[in-house]
Amino acid sequence: MTDATLGEDPRRKRTLIRRHSGLVRIAHWINVLCILVLVMSGLQIFNAHPALYWGAKSTFDDPIVAMRAVRGPDKNPIGVTRVFGTTFDTTGVLGLSMTSDGTVAARGFPHWLTIPSYRDLATGRRWHFFFAWLFVINGIVYVVTSLLNGHVWRHLVPSRDQLRHMARTIFDHLCFRFDHGHDYNVLQKLSYLAMIFVVLPLAILAGLAMSPGIDAAFPWIVDGLGGRQSARTIHFVAATAIVLFVLIHVFMVLISGVFNNLRSMITGRYAIRTEENADD
Amino acid sequence: MTRQGMNRRRFLGRVVPGAGALALAGCDALSESPQVRDLLGSAEGLTMRVQRFLLSADTLAREFAEADISPDFRANGTTNPADPDYRALAANGFADWRLKVGGLVERQSEFSLDDLRAMPARTQITRHDCVEGWSSIGKWTGVQLSRVLDHVGLKPEARYIVATCADELGRSLDGNNRYYESIDLFDAFHPQTILAYQMNDRVLPIAHGAPLRMRVERQLGYKMAKYIMQVDAVDSLAAIGRGNGGYWPDRGYDWYAGI
Repeated sequence: MTDATLGEDPRRKRTLIRRHSGLVRIAHWINVLCILVLVMSGLQIFNAHPALYWGAKSTFDDPIVAMRAVRGPDKNPIGVTRVFGTTFDTTGVLGLSMTSDGTVAARGFPHWLTIPSYRDLATGRRWHFFFAWLFVINGIVYVVTSLLNGHVWRHLVPSRDQLRHMARTIFDHLCFRFDHGHDYNVLQKLSYLAMIFVVLPLAILAGLAMSPGIDAAFPWIVDGLGGRQSARTIHFVAATAIVLFVLIHVFMVLISGVFNNLRSMITGRYAIRTEENADD
Repeated sequence: MTRQGMNRRRFLGRVVPGAGALALAGCDALSESPQVRDLLGSAEGLTMRVQRFLLSADTLAREFAEADISPDFRANGTTNPADPDYRALAANGFADWRLKVGGLVERQSEFSLDDLRAMPARTQITRHDCVEGWSSIGKWTGVQLSRVLDHVGLKPEARYIVATCADELGRSLDGNNRYYESIDLFDAFHPQTILAYQMNDRVLPIAHGAPLRMRVERQLGYKMAKYIMQVDAVDSLAAIGRGNGGYWPDRGYDWYAGI
């Protein structure tokens, strides 16, 4: 697949521009690795007690979400997931699933979504905390540099003009028409800003709020999130939001010129169509 | 659909799940490699150093109100030790139980439950965070570990306090599965670190560690040893158990459980 989506208007010429700085590219790929490991080791940790609650403490009889294995109507075990008091049969995926050696086991998320694939909370925690540090350090370097060098203001904050035409941009996206300009479009900018300044920091704060040491040092974090079990739920919801973002992001990368997109995030070079006499 | 498209689809249909399975198997292999485990485990030291920088010696964990106490405080790990000596002590209401305090101390001592109850008590309503992810809130009454340690006098080379317990998790003939835990002096002398003999205003139940359990409120539940028989001051953890400072640390969990 090449740049077919750029259209073949003869009055516009194809130009390679420098799209992503080195910092953005390195931070991006470190994030790819970190988020993959954090989500999968996070699900391993979640599986140690596959239930979520609200408040400071666990209300074991009244979880918001719970996954478990029970006896089905025909006495065979089934996996069930309870969400806000309603129970769903989720056999094979949540609550009860096939492990890598072919046996059926009671577990929250299935083996192909966890690190390690077998049940091992201690090792899941090792992966999680190592990559959490890498993720936080990478994030701090990226955010501080991007605020100082103007990346945030120049490339991420949408212009007034872009905001005015947001409806048009949404319509174009729904029609799978993608504009390959110099800048990110307004939907990209808003979703990147939301991830960088809302969802990812919230996931980190909610994660820290589960630490009894951090709770003693900074009680306002866990209090602000409604208690430790609320923080655990928020951490899970934020992680879900990150996974949804990644799925949409990868889908957009695939359908809007996968080669051009990947090249720009590896070498920095990105092809755009410009008017014949434009300076770019 | 072109022939090429078909082939590409079939190819991807095989390669993508295959690559996924390979990556998963790769992660499992990495998880078992000692070098990778050590590398991943290096985060523990960083976490501990940062938390110790943020915490002062007497920064307290949140204390809650009576109304917050969990009606369903979960009992985890051993809930009824099988050890015959322990069973005999329990049958007699722990009247014959003695806490042995030794190791690197000036005066090796033994304390009965009445001795401990006669010392100044501390009561605290705190949140118990299990490494599995759940939390329960309970009210604990006991003697501060610092008072016991001051009573016996620590030798200057003492660095850790080790609690040895009556329970074994998993059966063993050689006693290798006996529960134990250790904390350093930073936590041992913390005001909320108590040897609790009472839970929710009643005698500590067996499920929660009777006659005595440790409370270390700035760490996770597995640090809070139940069924304590002996407390020792040591200068190194290397010679105890498998050398990692606790039953769970010997089985891959971090010794520092502040996160």
